[in-house]
Amino acid sequence: MRRICLYLHIHQPFRYRAYSVFDIGKNENYFFDSNYHSKQSNERIFKKVAEKSYRPTFSLLEKNLKENKDFKFSLSITGTWLEQAEMWEPDLIDRLKKMVKTGRVEIVGETYYHSMSFFYDREEFKEQVLLHRKTIERLFNITPTVFRNTELSYNDEVGKEIETLGYKACLAEGWDKVLGWRSPNYVYHAYGTNNLKLLLKNYRLSDDIAFRFSDKNWKEWPLTVDKYERWMSDAFLDGQVVNLFMDFETFGEHQWKETGIFEFMDRFIDKWLKNPEQSFITVSEEAELEPIGEVSMPETVTWADTERDLSAWMGNRLQDEAMTALYALKDQVIKQSKKDKSILDDFRKLTTSDHAYYMCTKYWNDGDVHAYFSAYDSPYDAFMYFLNIYHSLEYRLSL
Amino acid sequence: MLGWELPPHNSGGLGVACLNLSKALAGEGVAIDFVVPYMAKHENISFMNVLSASKLDPLFRFGIGAYDSDKIDEHIIEIPSATSSSQVSIREIQKTYINFIEEYLTKYRPDIVHAHDWLTFEAGVLAKKNFNIPLIAHVHATEFDRAGGHSGNQLVHEIEREGLLMADKIIAVSNATKKIIHEKYHIPLEKINVVHNSLDENFIKEVYSFDPEEHEYLKFLRNNGYTIISTVGRFTVQKGLTHFLHAAAKAIYKNPKLIFVFAGDGEEKNELIKLSAELGISQNVIFTGFVRGKQLRDIYSLSDIFVMSSISEPFGLTALEAAHHGDVLILTKQSGVSEVLKSAFFYDFWDEDKLANAILAVATSPGLKQTLKSSIKSEYLNITWRDIAKKCLEIYNEIDKHKNRY
Repeated sequence: MRRICLYLHIHQPFRYRAYSVFDIGKNENYFFDSNYHSKQSNERIFKKVAEKSYRPTFSLLEKNLKENKDFKFSLSITGTWLEQAEMWEPDLIDRLKKMVKTGRVEIVGETYYHSMSFFYDREEFKEQVLLHRKTIERLFNITPTVFRNTELSYNDEVGKEIETLGYKACLAEGWDKVLGWRSPNYVYHAYGTNNLKLLLKNYRLSDDIAFRFSDKNWKEWPLTVDKYERWMSDAFLDGQVVNLFMDFETFGEHQWKETGIFEFMDRFIDKWLKNPEQSFITVSEEAELEPIGEVSMPETVTWADTERDLSAWMGNRLQDEAMTALYALKDQVIKQSKKDKSILDDFRKLTTSDHAYYMCTKYWNDGDVHAYFSAYDSPYDAFMYFLNIYHSLEYRLSL
Repeated sequence: MLGWELPPHNSGGLGVACLNLSKALAGEGVAIDFVVPYMAKHENISFMNVLSASKLDPLFRFGIGAYDSDKIDEHIIEIPSATSSSQVSIREIQKTYINFIEEYLTKYRPDIVHAHDWLTFEAGVLAKKNFNIPLIAHVHATEFDRAGGHSGNQLVHEIEREGLLMADKIIAVSNATKKIIHEKYHIPLEKINVVHNSLDENFIKEVYSFDPEEHEYLKFLRNNGYTIISTVGRFTVQKGLTHFLHAAAKAIYKNPKLIFVFAGDGEEKNELIKLSAELGISQNVIFTGFVRGKQLRDIYSLSDIFVMSSISEPFGLTALEAAHHGDVLILTKQSGVSEVLKSAFFYDFWDEDKLANAILAVATSPGLKQTLKSSIKSEYLNITWRDIAKKCLEIYNEIDKHKNRY
């Protein structure tokens, strides 16, 4: 049996606005820019992405769920995305609910706030994971059994922790430096755990779609369904499942509809399922497969950049200073939240990893602005506004 | 090469840029006769001929017109003479300059005439019209920059326009300047090349060491947790210093441990001193007067932050100088230098809040300060004078290619 596990990650952060030092003590609105057209307007960005990506991709997935009873996929949906959808495009949630109801769409567990809390504060991490679980149960009536940590960041400690939280498998990057000669196309046992499975991303086949699909300098451009199916088949010479893990926004936002990405995916799904030996499975189904061996990741591995590490989030002094200072406020924030109802949520919205990413300078210095996706003019501006909000939280704690 | 000043007889960036450019061009094998309007010794210049268009002394403090074109007809320069002290105006010097160039061209025939700013454009146009020598107009600043939002001097506009129209090629020191030349003088974009400036080589070569012991008071402030913010330049409207002072006041109200050093002189000086008193921040603002040499370098070294608040700044060499001395930079988006740097704060000249925010953030966060300081170190020398000379050579060669077509 040739199985594909298609997993899509859907997320939007609450970008903080250009919060001025002069707002401290006067204005506690951090995340809602009154100027709809500003760079940090979450509403504008959400609606834009909904138009370009969420809606057409939902349509594609709905159509295939309807037409192919064997089509299945998995999704991770952050709490911050769900909140924004509820506010601005609530029909998206209804459509998601309907898809989940088919029983062929599974939701993956993660931190509610898409945070790096695991690496700063283990207790906070657990809280955010449980908060996400509750939200998914409330909205979709299902309990996630497979986990993904933010940016697919994984190390052996993550595995141990989430097994105690009740998950039976975890997603991670199928990185060559970890696997060596071994193939990512099998299920592995996670080192240091009792029975946790590791599902490893086949980054070549995933990135052919997610990153290279429209790249005209790529020697394989244009990517046809036939060609891609051939590569896929080759992957099963050594494997039992291919994990296609990617951002939801691959469809329509990273690869525009003009590139033909939607038609490609539509036809590929159809063609793949024409062969009775070929199927799609969800992450929990994959977790039932027998592991072929054990994988250990003593160092943290992510699905980001060529380095596959945390350097885009925890690699410079700005990020360290901002996040260490923020997490240091946690205990006080929890105490204060009895008086100040919104302070805990404000604090947690600031833990979203995107904020640290905006402070990343590793591309900035090279002048590689294209690789740089930000809601701010520079990493320094991003840090400055974050710092102001941090001081505002400090001020509220003093009240 | 037609210029108006060369160090040490300069009062600003124009002379510095001309010297560094000429030296780098000479290094690429270009033979240069550089004409200045005064007579003085240039002891350290051996790579080109410096020719004097007049016997005037280089007695200037604010520059003979390189920066203050509104004084075009004022009799500003004293001619020391044994009998009487007579005076001449910029206009009169320009006429002498043009006569000298005419005489020069009857004897010599350069391949290119490269003229710097409106002061020498008339002489350049003469070379082009009467002697058929290709003209390059190098724009370090336009009258629109010097006027700082006002209309500027009409005669200067006329001279600038004619120079730009007659030039075979125009070199602008930034995209911002290119835009002004295109929009205000309607010169086609294809004719304008952008060649950014670089840091004065003297800053790298000169032996300089900073001794904090020499500046007891500032050392005392430092040790007491003060952050020192400086700016260097002429105090004119163009520099946006009143906005800067307002931002300084906003920042000081939040954090009194800030000291602002305003180094320079100019027509706005009294107004700025008065304003700082009105804002109640006199105790936090130091006016040093005009500085150069070691004093200037000490100010850069003493500072944590350097601000360029210009409303309009064709380039802004002082930002590179400050970066060289380890300052964090906060620059207006309207300054040309912001086109070549990335690791700095950028703001619109009117956005006093953002400037105050940036100052306070750097003063508060050691990580931010350190990151900006070390990142700019790897950037500010990205463009060298050699690169600049090579770009100019390309432009020379292009003109040469087309020369015989007419």
